[in-house]
Amino acid sequence: MHIFPFVVVAWILGVGLYGIVTSRHLVHQIVCLIVVQSSTYVLLLGVGYRTGAVAPYFFDVPVHTPAVDPVVQALALTDVVVEAAVTALLLALAVQAQKRFGTLDPQELVQLKG
Amino acid sequence: MTDPHLLAVVTPYTIPVPLMDVLQVTVLVLVAAGATAVVLVRDLPRQVIVLSGYGLLLAVLFLVFQAPDVTLSELTIGAVALPMLLLLALAKIRRREK
Amino acid sequence: MSPGQRRWVFLAGLAGLAAFYLWGLSGLPGFGNYPGPYGYIINRIAVAQTNATGVVSAVNFEYRGFDTVGEEFILFIAVAGMAVVLRHLRSERARDPDKPGEDWSIPAATDAVRLTALLFTGPVIVLGWWLASHAQTTPSGGFQGGVVLATSLMLVYLAGEFLLFRRISPADVIDAVEAAGAAGFAAVGLTAVALGLPYLKNFLGLGAVPGAVSSSGTIALISFFVGLEVAAAFTLIVGELVEQTLLVQQGDQ
Repeated sequence: MHIFPFVVVAWILGVGLYGIVTSRHLVHQIVCLIVVQSSTYVLLLGVGYRTGAVAPYFFDVPVHTPAVDPVVQALALTDVVVEAAVTALLLALAVQAQKRFGTLDPQELVQLKG
Repeated sequence: MTDPHLLAVVTPYTIPVPLMDVLQVTVLVLVAAGATAVVLVRDLPRQVIVLSGYGLLLAVLFLVFQAPDVTLSELTIGAVALPMLLLLALAKIRRREK
Repeated sequence: MSPGQRRWVFLAGLAGLAAFYLWGLSGLPGFGNYPGPYGYIINRIAVAQTNATGVVSAVNFEYRGFDTVGEEFILFIAVAGMAVVLRHLRSERARDPDKPGEDWSIPAATDAVRLTALLFTGPVIVLGWWLASHAQTTPSGGFQGGVVLATSLMLVYLAGEFLLFRRISPADVIDAVEAAGAAGFAAVGLTAVALGLPYLKNFLGLGAVPGAVSSSGTIALISFFVGLEVAAAFTLIVGELVEQTLLVQQGDQ
Protein backbone atom coordinates (compact mmCIF):
# COMPACT_ATOMS: atom_id res chain seq x y z
CA MET A 1 0.00 0.00 0.00
CA HIS A 2 2.94 2.32 0.39
CA ILE A 3 3.74 2.62 -3.30
CA PHE A 4 0.78 0.88 -4.94
CA PRO A 5 -1.00 4.09 -6.11
CA PHE A 6 2.21 5.35 -7.69
CA VAL A 7 2.72 2.04 -9.48
CA VAL A 8 -0.82 2.40 -10.84
CA VAL A 9 0.08 5.93 -12.00
CA ALA A 10 3.09 4.53 -13.86
CA TRP A 11 0.90 1.84 -15.40
CA ILE A 12 -1.71 4.34 -16.64
CA LEU A 13 1.03 6.58 -18.04
CA GLY A 14 2.68 3.69 -19.83
CA VAL A 15 -0.56 2.36 -21.25
CA GLY A 16 -1.58 5.81 -22.47
CA LEU A 17 1.78 6.40 -24.12
CA TYR A 18 1.58 2.99 -25.78
CA GLY A 19 -1.81 3.97 -27.16
CA ILE A 20 -0.45 7.24 -28.55
CA VAL A 21 2.54 5.60 -30.19
CA THR A 22 0.70 2.74 -31.84
CA SER A 23 -2.45 4.58 -32.84
CA ARG A 24 -3.83 4.76 -36.37
CA HIS A 25 -6.39 7.53 -35.92
CA LEU A 26 -5.91 11.04 -34.59
CA VAL A 27 -9.03 11.02 -32.43
CA HIS A 28 -7.92 7.73 -30.85
CA GLN A 29 -4.63 9.45 -30.04
CA ILE A 30 -6.48 12.32 -28.43
CA VAL A 31 -8.41 9.94 -26.20
CA CYS A 32 -5.15 8.25 -25.17
CA LEU A 33 -3.79 11.70 -24.33
CA ILE A 34 -6.76 12.16 -22.01
CA VAL A 35 -5.79 8.91 -20.29
CA VAL A 36 -2.20 10.12 -19.85
CA GLN A 37 -3.44 13.37 -18.32
CA SER A 38 -5.64 11.48 -15.91
CA SER A 39 -2.59 9.71 -14.52
CA THR A 40 -1.27 13.06 -13.31
CA TYR A 41 -4.46 13.70 -11.34
CA VAL A 42 -4.10 10.38 -9.55
CA LEU A 43 -0.46 11.21 -8.80
CA LEU A 44 -1.32 14.63 -7.37
CA LEU A 45 -4.02 13.28 -5.12
CA GLY A 46 -1.87 10.34 -4.09
CA VAL A 47 0.91 12.65 -2.97
CA GLY A 48 -1.39 14.71 -0.79
CA TYR A 49 -3.18 11.88 0.95
CA ARG A 50 -2.86 11.36 4.67
CA THR A 51 -3.93 8.11 6.31
CA GLY A 52 -7.01 8.42 8.48
CA ALA A 53 -7.74 11.98 7.40
CA VAL A 54 -10.96 13.53 6.14
CA ALA A 55 -11.63 15.87 3.23
CA PRO A 56 -10.51 19.46 3.93
CA TYR A 57 -13.97 20.91 4.48
CA PHE A 58 -14.69 22.18 7.96
CA PHE A 59 -18.33 23.13 7.96
CA ASP A 60 -19.36 20.05 9.89
CA VAL A 61 -16.18 18.84 11.58
CA PRO A 62 -14.06 20.82 14.04
CA VAL A 63 -11.23 22.81 12.54
CA HIS A 64 -8.40 20.72 13.93
CA THR A 65 -9.51 17.41 12.42
CA PRO A 66 -6.67 15.87 10.44
CA ALA A 67 -7.40 16.55 6.79
CA VAL A 68 -5.71 15.78 3.49
CA ASP A 69 -3.69 18.36 1.65
CA PRO A 70 -5.94 20.96 -0.03
CA VAL A 71 -3.27 22.51 -2.24
CA VAL A 72 -2.90 19.51 -4.55
CA GLN A 73 -6.67 19.22 -4.74
CA ALA A 74 -6.89 22.81 -5.90
CA LEU A 75 -4.29 22.07 -8.59
CA ALA A 76 -6.06 18.92 -9.78
CA LEU A 77 -9.43 20.68 -9.83
CA THR A 78 -8.48 23.44 -12.22
CA ASP A 79 -6.41 20.95 -14.21
CA VAL A 80 -9.43 18.83 -15.04
CA VAL A 81 -11.44 21.71 -16.45
CA VAL A 82 -8.61 23.21 -18.44
CA GLU A 83 -7.71 19.82 -19.92
CA ALA A 84 -11.14 19.64 -21.49
CA ALA A 85 -10.68 22.96 -23.25
CA VAL A 86 -7.27 21.97 -24.57
CA THR A 87 -8.72 18.67 -25.79
CA ALA A 88 -11.37 20.66 -27.63
CA LEU A 89 -8.65 22.66 -29.35
CA LEU A 90 -6.91 19.44 -30.37
CA LEU A 91 -10.19 18.10 -31.75
CA ALA A 92 -10.61 21.27 -33.80
CA LEU A 93 -7.13 20.72 -35.23
CA ALA A 94 -8.03 17.12 -36.07
CA VAL A 95 -11.24 18.20 -37.85
CA GLN A 96 -9.35 20.76 -39.95
CA ALA A 97 -6.58 18.25 -40.66
CA GLN A 98 -9.13 15.87 -42.06
CA LYS A 99 -10.46 18.58 -44.32
CA ARG A 100 -7.00 19.52 -45.57
CA PHE A 101 -5.36 16.14 -45.94
CA GLY A 102 -8.29 13.79 -46.23
CA THR A 103 -6.82 11.28 -43.81
CA LEU A 104 -6.52 11.02 -40.04
CA ASP A 105 -3.88 8.33 -39.90
CA PRO A 106 -0.87 9.81 -38.10
CA GLN A 107 1.52 7.47 -39.85
CA GLU A 108 0.36 8.78 -43.21
CA LEU A 109 0.16 12.41 -42.17
CA VAL A 110 3.88 12.44 -41.52
CA GLN A 111 4.60 11.75 -45.17
CA LEU A 112 2.26 14.37 -46.63
CA LYS A 113 3.89 17.59 -47.68
CA GLY A 114 2.20 20.89 -48.41
CA MET B 1 4.35 13.37 14.23
CA THR B 2 1.80 10.91 15.55
CA ASP B 3 1.54 7.44 14.11
CA PRO B 4 -0.50 7.93 10.94
CA HIS B 5 -2.43 4.75 11.52
CA LEU B 6 -4.22 6.16 14.56
CA LEU B 7 -7.16 8.46 14.10
CA ALA B 8 -6.74 11.54 16.25
CA VAL B 9 -10.40 12.52 15.99
CA VAL B 10 -13.28 10.25 15.11
CA THR B 11 -15.97 12.10 13.16
CA PRO B 12 -19.30 10.72 11.92
CA TYR B 13 -17.85 10.41 8.43
CA THR B 14 -14.61 8.50 8.79
CA ILE B 15 -14.23 4.88 7.79
CA PRO B 16 -11.75 2.66 9.68
CA VAL B 17 -8.34 2.67 8.06
CA PRO B 18 -8.15 -1.03 7.00
CA LEU B 19 -11.50 -0.78 5.24
CA MET B 20 -10.36 2.38 3.51
CA ASP B 21 -7.20 0.61 2.37
CA VAL B 22 -9.19 -2.24 0.82
CA LEU B 23 -11.50 0.24 -0.89
CA GLN B 24 -8.63 2.24 -2.29
CA VAL B 25 -6.77 -0.78 -3.60
CA THR B 26 -9.91 -2.10 -5.29
CA VAL B 27 -10.70 1.16 -7.01
CA LEU B 28 -7.08 1.62 -8.07
CA VAL B 29 -7.06 -1.80 -9.72
CA LEU B 30 -10.34 -0.97 -11.48
CA VAL B 31 -8.91 2.34 -12.71
CA ALA B 32 -5.81 0.61 -14.09
CA ALA B 33 -8.03 -1.91 -15.87
CA GLY B 34 -10.24 0.89 -17.18
CA ALA B 35 -7.26 2.79 -18.60
CA THR B 36 -6.08 -0.35 -20.38
CA ALA B 37 -9.57 -0.86 -21.78
CA VAL B 38 -9.78 2.70 -23.09
CA VAL B 39 -6.51 2.36 -24.95
CA LEU B 40 -7.14 -1.09 -26.38
CA VAL B 41 -10.56 -0.33 -27.88
CA ARG B 42 -9.91 0.77 -31.46
CA ASP B 43 -13.43 1.42 -32.71
CA LEU B 44 -13.97 5.10 -32.06
CA PRO B 45 -17.56 5.61 -30.85
CA ARG B 46 -17.11 2.62 -28.60
CA GLN B 47 -13.94 4.09 -27.19
CA VAL B 48 -15.79 7.29 -26.30
CA ILE B 49 -18.34 5.36 -24.26
CA VAL B 50 -15.55 3.44 -22.51
CA LEU B 51 -13.91 6.80 -21.78
CA SER B 52 -17.11 7.95 -20.14
CA GLY B 53 -17.11 4.86 -17.91
CA TYR B 54 -13.43 5.44 -17.12
CA GLY B 55 -14.28 9.01 -16.07
CA LEU B 56 -16.87 7.61 -13.68
CA LEU B 57 -14.30 5.21 -12.19
CA LEU B 58 -11.84 8.05 -11.78
CA ALA B 59 -14.50 10.09 -9.99
CA VAL B 60 -15.03 7.23 -7.53
CA LEU B 61 -11.25 7.04 -7.03
CA PHE B 62 -11.03 10.74 -6.25
CA LEU B 63 -13.89 10.40 -3.79
CA VAL B 64 -12.10 7.57 -2.01
CA PHE B 65 -8.97 9.75 -1.87
CA GLN B 66 -11.04 12.30 0.11
CA ALA B 67 -11.28 14.91 -2.65
CA PRO B 68 -14.96 15.70 -3.33
CA ASP B 69 -14.22 18.85 -5.33
CA VAL B 70 -12.08 17.01 -7.84
CA THR B 71 -14.77 14.32 -7.99
CA LEU B 72 -17.35 16.88 -9.08
CA SER B 73 -15.05 18.29 -11.70
CA GLU B 74 -14.06 14.92 -13.11
CA LEU B 75 -17.65 13.71 -13.15
CA THR B 76 -18.98 16.65 -15.12
CA ILE B 77 -16.00 16.88 -17.44
CA GLY B 78 -14.85 13.33 -17.95
CA ALA B 79 -18.20 11.63 -18.05
CA VAL B 80 -20.29 14.28 -19.79
CA ALA B 81 -18.49 17.14 -21.49
CA LEU B 82 -15.52 15.29 -23.02
CA PRO B 83 -17.55 12.45 -24.58
CA MET B 84 -19.95 15.06 -25.95
CA LEU B 85 -17.13 16.98 -27.62
CA LEU B 86 -15.57 13.80 -28.96
CA LEU B 87 -18.85 12.53 -30.40
CA LEU B 88 -19.54 15.87 -32.08
CA ALA B 89 -16.11 15.90 -33.68
CA LEU B 90 -16.56 12.27 -34.73
CA ALA B 91 -19.90 13.12 -36.36
CA LYS B 92 -18.19 15.75 -38.43
CA ILE B 93 -15.30 13.46 -39.36
CA ARG B 94 -17.52 10.51 -40.19
CA ARG B 95 -19.68 12.60 -42.50
CA ARG B 96 -16.60 13.72 -44.39
CA GLU B 97 -15.31 10.19 -44.71
CA LYS B 98 -18.44 9.02 -46.46
CA MET C 1 10.62 2.79 -39.51
CA SER C 2 7.89 0.22 -39.66
CA PRO C 3 5.15 0.11 -37.04
CA GLY C 4 6.56 -3.06 -35.48
CA GLN C 5 10.00 -1.53 -35.08
CA ARG C 6 8.46 1.62 -33.69
CA ARG C 7 6.64 -0.46 -31.11
CA TRP C 8 9.85 -2.17 -29.94
CA VAL C 9 11.79 1.09 -29.74
CA PHE C 10 8.97 2.59 -27.72
CA LEU C 11 8.86 -0.37 -25.33
CA ALA C 12 12.61 -0.11 -24.77
CA GLY C 13 12.25 3.58 -23.97
CA LEU C 14 9.31 2.89 -21.70
CA ALA C 15 11.32 0.27 -19.80
CA GLY C 16 14.04 2.86 -19.18
CA LEU C 17 11.47 5.41 -18.03
CA ALA C 18 9.84 2.88 -15.72
CA ALA C 19 13.21 2.00 -14.20
CA PHE C 20 13.99 5.64 -13.42
CA TYR C 21 10.47 6.23 -12.12
CA LEU C 22 10.59 3.27 -9.73
CA TRP C 23 14.03 4.34 -8.55
CA GLY C 24 12.62 7.78 -7.79
CA LEU C 25 9.60 6.25 -6.06
CA SER C 26 11.78 4.45 -3.58
CA GLY C 27 12.80 7.81 -2.11
CA LEU C 28 9.23 8.92 -1.42
CA PRO C 29 7.78 8.80 2.09
CA GLY C 30 5.08 6.46 0.90
CA PHE C 31 1.37 6.77 0.32
CA GLY C 32 -0.40 8.20 3.33
CA ASN C 33 2.65 9.55 5.15
CA TYR C 34 2.18 13.11 4.05
CA PRO C 35 5.33 14.97 5.14
CA GLY C 36 4.99 18.48 3.82
CA PRO C 37 4.21 21.47 6.01
CA TYR C 38 1.81 23.30 3.68
CA GLY C 39 -1.14 20.99 4.13
CA TYR C 40 -0.97 21.23 7.91
CA ILE C 41 -0.50 24.99 7.94
CA ILE C 42 -3.29 25.79 5.50
CA ASN C 43 -5.77 23.45 7.16
CA ARG C 44 -5.10 25.12 10.46
CA ILE C 45 -5.30 28.78 9.47
CA ALA C 46 -7.57 28.94 6.44
CA VAL C 47 -10.91 29.06 8.24
CA ALA C 48 -9.69 31.68 10.68
CA GLN C 49 -8.11 33.84 8.03
CA THR C 50 -10.74 33.79 5.32
CA ASN C 51 -13.98 32.67 7.03
CA ALA C 52 -14.34 30.07 4.28
CA THR C 53 -14.96 26.51 5.37
CA GLY C 54 -14.21 25.11 1.93
CA VAL C 55 -10.43 25.19 2.16
CA VAL C 56 -9.85 23.96 -1.40
CA SER C 57 -11.77 26.89 -2.85
CA ALA C 58 -10.00 29.24 -0.46
CA VAL C 59 -6.69 27.92 -1.78
CA ASN C 60 -7.90 28.24 -5.36
CA PHE C 61 -9.23 31.77 -5.19
CA GLU C 62 -7.27 33.35 -2.37
CA TYR C 63 -4.00 31.74 -1.44
CA ARG C 64 -3.18 30.72 -5.00
CA GLY C 65 -5.47 33.13 -6.81
CA PHE C 66 -2.81 34.19 -9.26
CA ASP C 67 -2.49 30.60 -10.51
CA THR C 68 -6.23 30.46 -11.05
CA VAL C 69 -6.16 33.64 -13.14
CA GLY C 70 -3.60 31.97 -15.34
CA GLU C 71 -5.63 28.76 -15.68
CA GLU C 72 -8.77 30.67 -16.50
CA PHE C 73 -6.96 32.51 -19.24
CA ILE C 74 -5.69 29.21 -20.62
CA LEU C 75 -9.35 28.26 -20.96
CA PHE C 76 -10.10 31.59 -22.63
CA ILE C 77 -7.26 31.27 -25.13
CA ALA C 78 -8.14 27.66 -25.93
CA VAL C 79 -11.65 28.74 -26.92
CA ALA C 80 -10.29 31.63 -28.97
CA GLY C 81 -7.85 29.26 -30.64
CA MET C 82 -10.68 26.91 -31.48
CA ALA C 83 -12.66 29.71 -33.07
CA VAL C 84 -9.66 30.63 -35.20
CA VAL C 85 -8.83 27.05 -36.22
CA LEU C 86 -12.41 26.24 -37.14
CA ARG C 87 -12.88 29.26 -39.36
CA HIS C 88 -14.69 28.66 -42.62
CA LEU C 89 -12.32 27.62 -45.36
CA ARG C 90 -12.68 29.31 -48.67
CA SER C 91 -14.39 26.38 -50.31
CA GLU C 92 -17.01 25.82 -47.65
CA ARG C 93 -20.45 27.15 -47.19
CA ALA C 94 -22.79 26.65 -44.28
CA ARG C 95 -26.07 24.88 -44.68
CA ASP C 96 -28.99 26.90 -43.45
CA PRO C 97 -30.56 24.83 -40.69
CA ASP C 98 -33.95 26.43 -41.19
CA LYS C 99 -34.19 24.94 -44.66
CA PRO C 100 -33.14 21.28 -44.53
CA GLY C 101 -32.41 19.74 -47.88
CA GLU C 102 -33.63 16.46 -49.32
CA ASP C 103 -30.53 14.59 -48.25
CA TRP C 104 -30.05 16.16 -44.81
CA SER C 105 -32.38 16.96 -41.99
CA ILE C 106 -31.90 17.72 -38.34
CA PRO C 107 -31.72 14.34 -36.62
CA ALA C 108 -34.64 13.91 -34.24
CA ALA C 109 -34.27 12.30 -30.87
CA THR C 110 -36.51 9.54 -29.58
CA ASP C 111 -39.27 10.46 -27.19
CA ALA C 112 -37.50 8.98 -24.17
CA VAL C 113 -34.38 11.08 -24.77
CA ARG C 114 -36.44 14.19 -25.36
CA LEU C 115 -38.44 13.74 -22.19
CA THR C 116 -35.43 13.04 -20.00
CA ALA C 117 -33.37 15.88 -21.40
CA LEU C 118 -36.09 18.49 -21.20
CA LEU C 119 -37.10 17.29 -17.73
CA PHE C 120 -33.60 17.68 -16.35
CA THR C 121 -32.66 20.99 -17.93
CA GLY C 122 -34.24 23.12 -15.21
CA PRO C 123 -32.81 21.20 -12.23
CA VAL C 124 -29.38 21.15 -13.87
CA ILE C 125 -29.40 24.94 -14.19
CA VAL C 126 -30.36 25.29 -10.53
CA LEU C 127 -27.65 22.82 -9.54
CA GLY C 128 -25.02 24.64 -11.57
CA TRP C 129 -25.98 27.99 -10.09
CA TRP C 130 -25.89 26.51 -6.58
CA LEU C 131 -22.47 25.02 -7.20
CA ALA C 132 -21.04 28.24 -8.57
CA SER C 133 -22.30 30.37 -5.70
CA HIS C 134 -21.30 28.13 -2.78
CA ALA C 135 -17.57 27.90 -3.38
CA GLN C 136 -16.57 28.80 0.12
CA THR C 137 -18.87 26.50 2.07
CA THR C 138 -19.15 23.05 0.52
CA PRO C 139 -17.30 21.08 -2.13
CA SER C 140 -18.28 23.26 -5.05
CA GLY C 141 -16.90 26.21 -6.89
CA GLY C 142 -16.86 28.26 -10.01
CA PHE C 143 -15.26 25.65 -12.24
CA GLN C 144 -17.65 22.83 -11.49
CA GLY C 145 -20.69 25.11 -11.45
CA GLY C 146 -19.78 26.58 -14.80
CA VAL C 147 -19.44 23.19 -16.46
CA VAL C 148 -22.77 22.03 -15.04
CA LEU C 149 -24.42 25.19 -16.38
CA ALA C 150 -22.99 24.51 -19.82
CA THR C 151 -24.26 20.94 -19.58
CA SER C 152 -27.80 22.24 -19.30
CA LEU C 153 -27.49 23.85 -22.71
CA MET C 154 -26.06 20.64 -24.09
CA LEU C 155 -29.15 18.86 -22.80
CA VAL C 156 -31.25 21.13 -24.99
CA TYR C 157 -29.16 20.14 -27.99
CA LEU C 158 -29.38 16.44 -27.10
CA ALA C 159 -33.14 16.65 -26.93
CA GLY C 160 -33.08 17.25 -30.66
CA GLU C 161 -33.97 20.92 -30.34
CA PHE C 162 -31.20 21.99 -32.61
CA LEU C 163 -32.79 25.26 -33.72
CA LEU C 164 -33.70 26.17 -30.14
CA PHE C 165 -30.12 25.50 -29.10
CA ARG C 166 -28.83 27.87 -31.73
CA ARG C 167 -31.36 30.51 -30.83
CA ILE C 168 -30.66 30.55 -27.09
CA SER C 169 -26.90 30.55 -27.44
CA PRO C 170 -26.09 33.23 -30.00
CA ALA C 171 -22.37 33.47 -30.47
CA ASP C 172 -21.97 37.17 -29.78
CA VAL C 173 -23.93 37.12 -26.53
CA ILE C 174 -22.00 34.11 -25.22
CA ASP C 175 -18.75 35.75 -26.33
CA ALA C 176 -19.65 38.84 -24.31
CA VAL C 177 -20.54 36.75 -21.25
CA GLU C 178 -17.24 34.89 -21.44
CA ALA C 179 -15.29 38.11 -21.77
CA ALA C 180 -17.20 39.59 -18.85
CA GLY C 181 -16.32 36.61 -16.69
CA ALA C 182 -12.63 36.69 -17.51
CA ALA C 183 -12.42 40.47 -17.23
CA GLY C 184 -14.37 40.41 -13.98
CA PHE C 185 -11.84 38.13 -12.36
CA ALA C 186 -8.96 40.32 -13.47
CA ALA C 187 -10.89 43.42 -12.42
CA VAL C 188 -11.41 42.12 -8.88
CA GLY C 189 -7.66 41.79 -8.59
CA LEU C 190 -7.07 45.23 -10.04
CA THR C 191 -9.57 46.76 -7.63
CA ALA C 192 -7.39 45.50 -4.83
CA VAL C 193 -4.42 47.19 -6.48
CA ALA C 194 -6.40 50.42 -6.77
CA LEU C 195 -7.03 50.26 -3.04
CA GLY C 196 -3.32 50.06 -2.36
CA LEU C 197 -3.24 46.33 -1.57
CA PRO C 198 -1.36 43.62 -3.48
CA TYR C 199 -3.05 42.18 -6.57
CA LEU C 200 -5.99 39.87 -5.74
CA LYS C 201 -5.85 40.53 -2.01
CA ASN C 202 -9.16 39.97 -0.25
CA PHE C 203 -10.53 43.45 0.30
CA LEU C 204 -14.21 42.81 0.93
CA GLY C 205 -15.58 42.20 4.39
CA LEU C 206 -15.09 38.68 5.60
CA GLY C 207 -18.55 38.22 7.07
CA ALA C 208 -19.46 37.16 10.56
CA VAL C 209 -20.05 33.42 10.28
CA PRO C 210 -17.46 31.17 8.67
CA GLY C 211 -19.06 29.25 5.88
CA ALA C 212 -22.09 31.39 5.18
CA VAL C 213 -22.78 32.24 1.57
CA SER C 214 -22.03 35.92 2.08
CA SER C 215 -18.78 35.35 3.92
CA SER C 216 -15.17 35.21 2.79
CA GLY C 217 -15.13 38.37 0.75
CA THR C 218 -13.77 38.18 -2.73
CA ILE C 219 -13.75 34.37 -2.87
CA ALA C 220 -17.49 34.23 -3.54
CA LEU C 221 -17.27 37.06 -6.05
CA ILE C 222 -14.40 35.48 -7.96
CA SER C 223 -16.16 32.13 -7.97
CA PHE C 224 -19.20 33.77 -9.56
CA PHE C 225 -17.10 35.28 -12.36
CA VAL C 226 -15.25 32.03 -12.92
CA GLY C 227 -18.57 30.19 -13.17
CA LEU C 228 -19.79 32.61 -15.83
CA GLU C 229 -16.62 32.30 -17.82
CA VAL C 230 -16.39 28.51 -17.74
CA ALA C 231 -20.07 28.09 -18.66
CA ALA C 232 -19.74 30.46 -21.59
CA ALA C 233 -16.48 28.84 -22.71
CA PHE C 234 -17.96 25.36 -22.85
CA THR C 235 -21.09 26.60 -24.58
CA LEU C 236 -18.90 28.24 -27.21
CA ILE C 237 -16.88 25.08 -27.67
CA VAL C 238 -19.98 22.96 -28.21
CA GLY C 239 -21.48 25.63 -30.46
CA GLU C 240 -18.38 25.67 -32.64
CA LEU C 241 -18.34 21.91 -33.06
CA VAL C 242 -22.09 21.80 -33.74
CA GLU C 243 -21.70 24.46 -36.38
CA GLN C 244 -19.03 22.35 -38.03
CA THR C 245 -21.61 19.64 -38.66
CA LEU C 246 -23.52 22.18 -40.74
CA LEU C 247 -20.67 23.01 -43.05
CA VAL C 248 -20.54 21.40 -46.41
CA GLN C 249 -17.86 21.48 -49.07
CA GLN C 250 -18.66 23.28 -52.32
CA GLY C 251 -19.33 20.78 -54.99
CA ASP C 252 -20.56 17.79 -53.05
CA GLN C 253 -24.07 17.11 -51.78
